[in-house]
Formats: sequence, C-alpha cells, structure tokens
Amino acid sequence: MLDPLALAVAWPLLGALSITLLPRWAAHLGILAAVGATLSALGVAFAVMDSGSLTSELGGWKIPLGIGLRADGLAAAFLAMVNLVALGVSIHASVYFADSKARHHFWPLWFLLWTALNALWLARDLFNLYVTLELMGLSAAALGALSGTRESISANLRYLLLGLAGSMTYLLGVALLYVAYGSLDLVQVARSLAPGPSSAAACALMIGGLSLKAALFPLHFWLPPAHASAPAPVSAALSALVVKAAIYLVLRLWLDLFAGIANASAAMLLGLLGGSAVLWGSWQALRAERLKLLAAYSTVAQIGYLAMFLPLIAAAADERGRASLLVAWVLLALTHGLAKASFFLATGLVQKTTGHDRIAELGGAAQSLPAATFALGLAGAALIGLPPSGTFFAKWILIQAAIASGQWWWVPVIMLGTLLALGYVFRLLARAFTREPTPPHFVTSARAELSALLLAVLAMLGVGLAARPIANLLGV
Amino acid sequence: MNPEILITQMLYGCIGLALFLLGIGSFILHEGLWRRLIALNVVGSGVFHVLVAVAYRGLEQTPDPIPHALVLTGIVVAVSATALALAFGRHLEDQNDHA
Repeated sequence: MLDPLALAVAWPLLGALSITLLPRWAAHLGILAAVGATLSALGVAFAVMDSGSLTSELGGWKIPLGIGLRADGLAAAFLAMVNLVALGVSIHASVYFADSKARHHFWPLWFLLWTALNALWLARDLFNLYVTLELMGLSAAALGALSGTRESISANLRYLLLGLAGSMTYLLGVALLYVAYGSLDLVQVARSLAPGPSSAAACALMIGGLSLKAALFPLHFWLPPAHASAPAPVSAALSALVVKAAIYLVLRLWLDLFAGIANASAAMLLGLLGGSAVLWGSWQALRAERLKLLAAYSTVAQIGYLAMFLPLIAAAADERGRASLLVAWVLLALTHGLAKASFFLATGLVQKTTGHDRIAELGGAAQSLPAATFALGLAGAALIGLPPSGTFFAKWILIQAAIASGQWWWVPVIMLGTLLALGYVFRLLARAFTREPTPPHFVTSARAELSALLLAVLAMLGVGLAARPIANLLGV
Repeated sequence: MNPEILITQMLYGCIGLALFLLGIGSFILHEGLWRRLIALNVVGSGVFHVLVAVAYRGLEQTPDPIPHALVLTGIVVAVSATALALAFGRHLEDQNDHA
C-alpha cells in the first residue's frame, strides 16, 4: 500500500526529475505529474476528512531519527487548495510557455517549487520546515527571474537575499529551541515549551523571519516588484501560494507551538501590522498603474487580513469562537489563493494579447478576451468579498469577533479595506469595457482561459459554498 | 553538567550570536550585492556556530549528531543560495556591459 502523504510529495518531485531527464516531453510529463499530484493531494484531504489526521514515517524510520509527515485538517485544506491552483497554473503554463525558450527552465523549477510546497504542509518538525522554506525560496526566486529582464532579475535577487535572511533568522530560533528542549519535533517541543527568555527569543526570531517571507507590512517592500515582473503563471504561484505558505507557518507556530508564551500584546502587534497592511496595500493597489502591480499590492492587503486574525483569536472568549475564527482564516486564505491565481493568469492573457498591462490603456480587452475579462471580474469580486465568496463569510466572522471582543477598531479597517478593494477592481473593469462590437467567440484559447476561469469560479462559489465541509475538515 | 563543557558551549554559542548580529547589521546597512551576500554568509556561519556549540559534549564523548546534520544541510542550502545570487549578479553585470 503506497503512503498517500509520501505520494503527495513524490509526484511533483518525480515530475521535476523526469522533465530534467526528458526535456522534449516537458509539457506532457508536466501535465501528468500535475494531475497525479493533485489527485493524491485531494485523496489526502478526503482521508483526513474521514479519519481525522494522517501521519507517516518515511522508510519506517522512527522519529527523531527519521522524517515524519503529518496531515491534519489545516494542512489538508491548504494541500488541496494549493494543488488545485498548481494544476490550473500548470495547464495554463503549457500554453503560456508553449513556444518560448523559458519552458526548459520553467517546468523543472516549477515542480521543485511544488514539491517544496507539498512537503511544507506535511512537515512535522522544525528543521524540515526550514528545508522546505529554503527549497521554496530558491525555486521561487529562480522562477521569478525567468523572463530575464533587468527589472525581474534585480527584484528577484532582492527577494532571494531577503528570503535567505528570513530563513536564517528562523533557523537561529530553531537552534535556540533545540538548546532548550533537545528536540525538533513540533509536538514534542510544544509539549515541553515553558515561558522564558530563550523561548520568547525563539518565538520572536521565528515569527519575525517568517513575517519577512510572508511580506507582512512593513516587510512587504520586496513583494510588488518581484511579483509584478515575473511571467504570469509564476506570479500566480508566487502570490497565491508561496506567500501563503509563510503566513500559514506563522499561524501554525503561533497556535501549535507558541500557544503558551505568545501573549495578547504580541498578537496585537501583529494585528496592527496586519491592519496597516490592509490599508496601505489596498491604497497602493488603487493607485497602481499596471494590472500586475495592482494584483501584487492586493496580496499585501490580503496578508494583512490574515495577520489581523491573531489578536482576535487571542481574545476569543471560548473554544467555539476560536474555532469559527480559524475556519474564517482558512476560508479567506483559500479564497485568496484561488482568486489571486486566476487574476494573475487572466492578467497574463491580457498582457500577451495587448502587449502591455497598463490599466489606463485596457480599452477593448473585454471584447477581445471575454473569458479572461470575466475571470478578472469574478476573481476581483472574490477579492472584494462579495457573497457567496469565502472572503465574504470570513470578513463577516472577523467583524463579529471584533465587536464581540470589544476590539471595535478592526471594523473600520475592514470596511475601508473592502471599499478600497471595490475601488481598485471596478476601476480596472471600467477600463476594460469599450463600445467595440461584441465578439463572436467567448473563449479564444481554451486551455489557457478555462484554467483561469475555473479557478475564479472556485474562488467565487466553491470555497464559500463548501464552508461546511471545510469546517468539518478542520474538525469544527 | 561538567562546568568546562558548559563554558566552552557558552563561549562558542555567544560568538555565534555575535556573528549573527554582525551579519544582520551589515545586511541591513549596506546596499551592494557582494557586501550583502557576504553578510548573509556571516549570518549563516553564526547560526551554524551556535548549532555546533550545542552539539559539543566534551572531548571524551561523541558530539550530538542531530545539530551536526542540521549544519551540514544548512551549509548545502547556503552554498546553493549563494550560487544562485551570484548567477543573478552576473546576469545583471552582463546586461550592464551590453547597455
């Protein structure tokens, strides 16, 4: 019997290796590995929904000597979303890179990134998390620079160096924890963690390093240039998945590892940074002149919402309040992952057709690319949080929790952020429509457009309507 | 624990922390690629220093293998990252020459 957790990591890894060996078959092997990885990830998610959490020890080696994998509800939810998005990105990329030189480099790096992501959700010890973070950062920076322009190389060089500084900081935190508790296993360390200077320092170092990688305001400055200069499928993966991985780790460590020592004022600090990110990111997105820059700044804002949950989770009165906030967090993160991927893929189509992504000159895009524009609109609506998207329910729960815990000041931040999001999405849609004749075809490039469109539909309808199964998956 | 071992661990551990701080400071303060890259490698050495100090259990005993494994993996990662950063830097310089 093959281990489903190991399979979820093995499929993309095999994809990367086989494509490196047989570059002529890159696109075919790529789709094969993508479908395999997605099926095994969905298999893991359904198994977790049935039986709680899954664990395995690779090669039968016991922890602490061997490498253990674990999927609980939170990990399984992200695993499923990430693999669906990655499948969409792969299908899109098979068209996007069909006749460009970059495809020889894209496919192996892309599958290495995918391997790192899947391993990150399933890792259960602090050092494997470090390794997956580094693999993710290295392959993401290399992918981001694929377009080869000066702008993209210098932006991704900065991303690489800052990412490295972030993970070194994280690693020092891990070293401090190992000094104090003699273990790297998340569960074992969490059990023996006691308040004290060394665990507080470890917490600050690890959360700080991860915040840099997650582009949490004011450490977000590297994100917009890096994400806006990459090829569109890569931007989709970077913005939807890679940044999400780091903020997921912040939450996971905060709740699972540092629950005993992470106090309300530290949570409030992260929440305030998140609130500033919401306002600043949304404002910059509203002012952005290019479509990709708009999408990148909107990611900064969405990461802000995710950080804003921390003080409210800390202040939640009972277990039920905490659980519903956790579900809301996951709904927001999943919706953003799907919507932002779709947004970037559609942007890539616009850019390929019109030759630029300047918002002011988008006129007629709706007529020449109806499906892509529709995807932009749907993804935009999901980003704003119109019902029935997951963002809508998440913001609803967030506002309720803010009022219930007396932290009313988050409510105007959420309202203003939503209003600004409304502004930047409608500004772009208003530009996209002109009075040109209606096109004869809705779809111009089936594979490329449908993957963007399906991801947008999933973001707008799928996550929100699947809120109950997602809550079940999280064990609520 | 033997006080001599403890003092050795503390000494090397503190040197590691000092290297980490020096590297981070220089990474933040300086602009150029080479300086920042070297600063990051100093940061890495600092962290590895701490881990090696943790592993030390006296001259008679074998050291704790787990931190050593971490350091080895960490060195591999740091070398790969440095190589990638250098490759980026060379691309940028080549483009400068052509421009």
